[in-house]
Amino acid sequence: MSVLEIENLSVSLPKGADRKFAIEDITLSVGRGEIVCVVGESGSGKSVTAFSVMGLADRRALTPVAGEIRLEGENLLEASDAHLRSLRGEKMAMIFQEPMTALNPVLRVGDQIAEMLEIHETLSASERRARVIAAMQDVRLPDPEKMYGSYPHQLSGGQRQRIMIAMALVLEPVLLIADEPTTALDVTTQAQILKLIKDIQTRKGMGVLFITHDFGVVAEIADRVAVMQNGRIVEQGEAGAVLGAPSHPYTQMLIGAVPSMTPPERQPATGKIALETRGLGKTYGSPGLFGTGRTVHAAQAVNLTVRRGETLGIVGESGSGKSTVARCVMRLIDPTSGEILINDENIATMREGRLRAHRRDIQIVFQDPYRSLNPRRTVGQSIVEGPMNFGIGRDEARGRAEELMRVVGLAPDALERFPHQFSGGQRQRICIARALAMEPVILIADEAVSALDVSVQAQVLDLLDDVRKRFDLAMLFITHDLRVAAQICDRIMVMNQGEVVESGPTAAVYANPQQDYTKALLAAAPGHHARFA
Amino acid sequence: MADPATAPRDLPAELSLARLALRNRSVYWGGLLLCIIVVVAIVGPYFTAEPSALNPTNRLKPPGPNGVFGTDMLGRDLFSRVINGARVSLVVGLAVAVIAVSIGLFLGLIAGYIRVMDALIMRVMDGLMSIPAILLAIALISLSGATLTTVVIAIVIPEIPRVVRLVRAVVLTVREEPYVEAAISVGTRVPTIMARHVLPNTIAPLIVQATYICGSAMLTEAILGFLGAGIPPEIPSWGNIMSEGRTFFQLTPWIIFFPGLALAATVLAVNIVGDGLRDTLDPRIARNMR
Amino acid sequence: MLRYVLLRILSTIPVMVIVALFVFLMLRLAPGDPAAVIAGDYATAEDVARIREQLGLSDPIVVQFFRWVGSLMQGDLGISIFSGKPVSELIAQRIEPTLMLALTTITFAVLVAVPLGTLAAFKAGSWIDRFVMLFSVGGFSIPVFVLGYILIYIFSMTLKILPVQGYRSPFTDGLGPFLLHIALPSVTLSVIFIALISRMTRASVIEVLEEDYIRTARAKGQSEYNILIHHALRNAAVPVVTVIGIGIALLIGGVVVTESVFNIPGLGRLVLDAVLARDYPIIQGLILFFSFIYIVINLLIDLSYTLFDPRIRY
Repeated sequence: MSVLEIENLSVSLPKGADRKFAIEDITLSVGRGEIVCVVGESGSGKSVTAFSVMGLADRRALTPVAGEIRLEGENLLEASDAHLRSLRGEKMAMIFQEPMTALNPVLRVGDQIAEMLEIHETLSASERRARVIAAMQDVRLPDPEKMYGSYPHQLSGGQRQRIMIAMALVLEPVLLIADEPTTALDVTTQAQILKLIKDIQTRKGMGVLFITHDFGVVAEIADRVAVMQNGRIVEQGEAGAVLGAPSHPYTQMLIGAVPSMTPPERQPATGKIALETRGLGKTYGSPGLFGTGRTVHAAQAVNLTVRRGETLGIVGESGSGKSTVARCVMRLIDPTSGEILINDENIATMREGRLRAHRRDIQIVFQDPYRSLNPRRTVGQSIVEGPMNFGIGRDEARGRAEELMRVVGLAPDALERFPHQFSGGQRQRICIARALAMEPVILIADEAVSALDVSVQAQVLDLLDDVRKRFDLAMLFITHDLRVAAQICDRIMVMNQGEVVESGPTAAVYANPQQDYTKALLAAAPGHHARFA
Repeated sequence: MADPATAPRDLPAELSLARLALRNRSVYWGGLLLCIIVVVAIVGPYFTAEPSALNPTNRLKPPGPNGVFGTDMLGRDLFSRVINGARVSLVVGLAVAVIAVSIGLFLGLIAGYIRVMDALIMRVMDGLMSIPAILLAIALISLSGATLTTVVIAIVIPEIPRVVRLVRAVVLTVREEPYVEAAISVGTRVPTIMARHVLPNTIAPLIVQATYICGSAMLTEAILGFLGAGIPPEIPSWGNIMSEGRTFFQLTPWIIFFPGLALAATVLAVNIVGDGLRDTLDPRIARNMR
Repeated sequence: MLRYVLLRILSTIPVMVIVALFVFLMLRLAPGDPAAVIAGDYATAEDVARIREQLGLSDPIVVQFFRWVGSLMQGDLGISIFSGKPVSELIAQRIEPTLMLALTTITFAVLVAVPLGTLAAFKAGSWIDRFVMLFSVGGFSIPVFVLGYILIYIFSMTLKILPVQGYRSPFTDGLGPFLLHIALPSVTLSVIFIALISRMTRASVIEVLEEDYIRTARAKGQSEYNILIHHALRNAAVPVVTVIGIGIALLIGGVVVTESVFNIPGLGRLVLDAVLARDYPIIQGLILFFSFIYIVINLLIDLSYTLFDPRIRY
């Protein structure tokens, strides 16, 4: 019997939205002991589905207009608010994307789990505490007795998500809804949390509705999968069948866009060395007046070289120092030690006045397409800003900007428009054009495709690779995503806690990692063993 | 993920901002009331009796045939004095807002962008903020003599720190924006970055802040007048009228109530406009500053 | 923790120095001879000379400053020119009514404003919310002394249930008379605080109610009331407490006006009398005194953040 049945459900969007329904006529079920993944890109309606089941969607904005949501046979859309409250936590529970913000920062984590018991059961304080400790043990948190009194900010991201899971499962609900629960976590932590969810689900036999955008995660965890596009389910079925032989063109396109973990063979680059760092380091904080201050080595003794026509990838988890390196090389922050050589000149300690001439040679594309362009200036103004700084006339800069629009696959009339009139992927193209307008030698891509949906991501990656070839650029590609790195980088450098762990040709490192950390990282990539159609 | 709720609101041009603001009910009605008051202040004095004309036989008369608002202890027509007082309040409010915002903007930009100046400017601002505004104004005025100019200066000085803090907060936030870093990367010089990328972001919160400063300056001016430490008593400002009304308050409360009402209405209009602007322009920082 | 507290206390020193410098320079940089300004319009040449001597105005300005700061450090705020008494003694004589007025005002304002603001946030968009916001914008718009006179007119002159003015000490005259006399001034002065604090409480609670952990609490099946009490309020506290601290400056200004309206013999009246008499040592002393109070209160408020938010650790 199914725990959750969604039948012909439609949820309307408020007037003025770009479409009429957030979700339209979807039918979906989750059986006992089953993990069903709902997968889709942003705006597909997958999260609205999850929140509608929990009754947490704002009913004024997102009104269910047709269909039923049945939890163990009972239609939730007809349930009273009070009854729905008693079901939440007791029968169905939810975990969220960002465990840091999902936990109350001013309450002890143990008490936050205990709150679940206070709401739904009458227990003595000591019984409650015992149940909380047991739940914390269940999710394999170390030393639960001690951790009970911790505050969320004192825990790691993975521990916080474990707390969320312990909280959701303490009352043994029949349905667990997980809304992108590993998206905000590092890849090694993600692997652990996925395994935990799978283990507990097997042990307790509950149904899991798992929302994700990541086909790797789907391959890792799903029994069945439903693919959503623009509020509709376009395809659903057994996970193996959908991933191995998708029938709907949209699914085929999505799965085709997932980069493979196997790097293609690449010829070693032979171009001139464009960028080199020697012993580059960045330390935050000061030793303090009495030597008691805290210092953080964001990056230490980083040596790298990038040749023209070559892409060097720096991969690592959050806090590994990969972005610090990029920002030092850009001189957006000042390195504390080492040299940065561009055109045989050390720019690491150069003053801004002299540095300015070198800024032409090295350009960057940032992660967030929504904040990388000044919303008040037209695309054209943003692109010609750089060349005009270096004395190129308006008309000439303008002409070149039009040319670059074609290079990045946009119409030249885009120059007259404002950034908000473009999608995320288009904005990244604009940012690439802005960088290219400087005619740089080196292009840094700092997580430049990480904020994009997978289908858009593939296109922007192709564009980056294309401009590298066309302009013979030296590219420094910063990413946390091993799949992306596999496809675009000639060589990679793995960083952990500010230090370079391993580096080498991409294919060699992936096929035969030397360091334990690299091995762990590669093994943690979701769906790394899965073959996509 | 392109979550529309977290994506920054795009403000393509300042012009449409003004149009947007007028669509807000508070801005509309507050603005209308303010317009009426301004028109009365400009035109009114041409139609009313001479506000300083003495009439010893007609003193302390209640509202009625001897004047819509009655007369004061020297027999001067209260209605005429209140109408004429509007000019003083509005001039002080506007002048203080413009001067405080200009100086505060300048200092705030420096503090936000030049690290060595930051500590110095902010300590001075902290010091200034810890001196109670009214005391500071009273002391400044009594030292330098009471004129319209010194009153304006004395009210401006304690208002500056709030503007500096606001501007600095905006600068510190905006300079972390990737588009500013992109501008640095393409070799844009600091003054240009300030003018092109940072300054426009301060406009909306500063407009809101300026309205609040305008309202509070009018109140301070009246308080100074009321305490006898404001602009010279021969000028019929609302504060001065009320100050003169204190002696006979139990007998003739209207001498305080009419100008008080006029002042409250004017400040209310300004504050309502400010609230409406804040809601439309939604500068989060401005909300936290209040 | 202790280390931080010490550092934080030390960090108030530059601010105090700046206040002192400002107050010091204010008199020296004013147009004209400060001794003549102090002496007033009808002073004789001897008077001016005497004052110059008394204030040590003939010495180099740097010497004057350090001598002045030196005596400040010993708690010496100077000597009143007209009464010849130490300013600190005058302050001590007049502090009780002002302190009582400030305490009753703050207490009353917080007790009214926090629930009001919370309620408005909880029912955002409802008529209660609109009423609170309207009250708040009104509170910012009405001059404190006009409000005082309106209340006097209603409660003292028309209803005749409260005294028109004056002050009774709770220590010597008893609690009853004290409360009767302090009621109107306190309410008058608290209106602008209620406006300020309720507005900040509302904004802060509304912001917190949109946080993810509130959604988590809903997902647990928690009721809206408990969410407000257990999850929202404590998270909303820091900005509210901060605004109370900033409001102290407003309170001090308000005290001067309110004491004047209700004829309360406190520090506010001392200032006004000093201004009329051009007794600058008193004005200087009081500005320093009030600034000191403001800095200390805000220091305490800063340190109190740890009570509300465990993330703030020193």
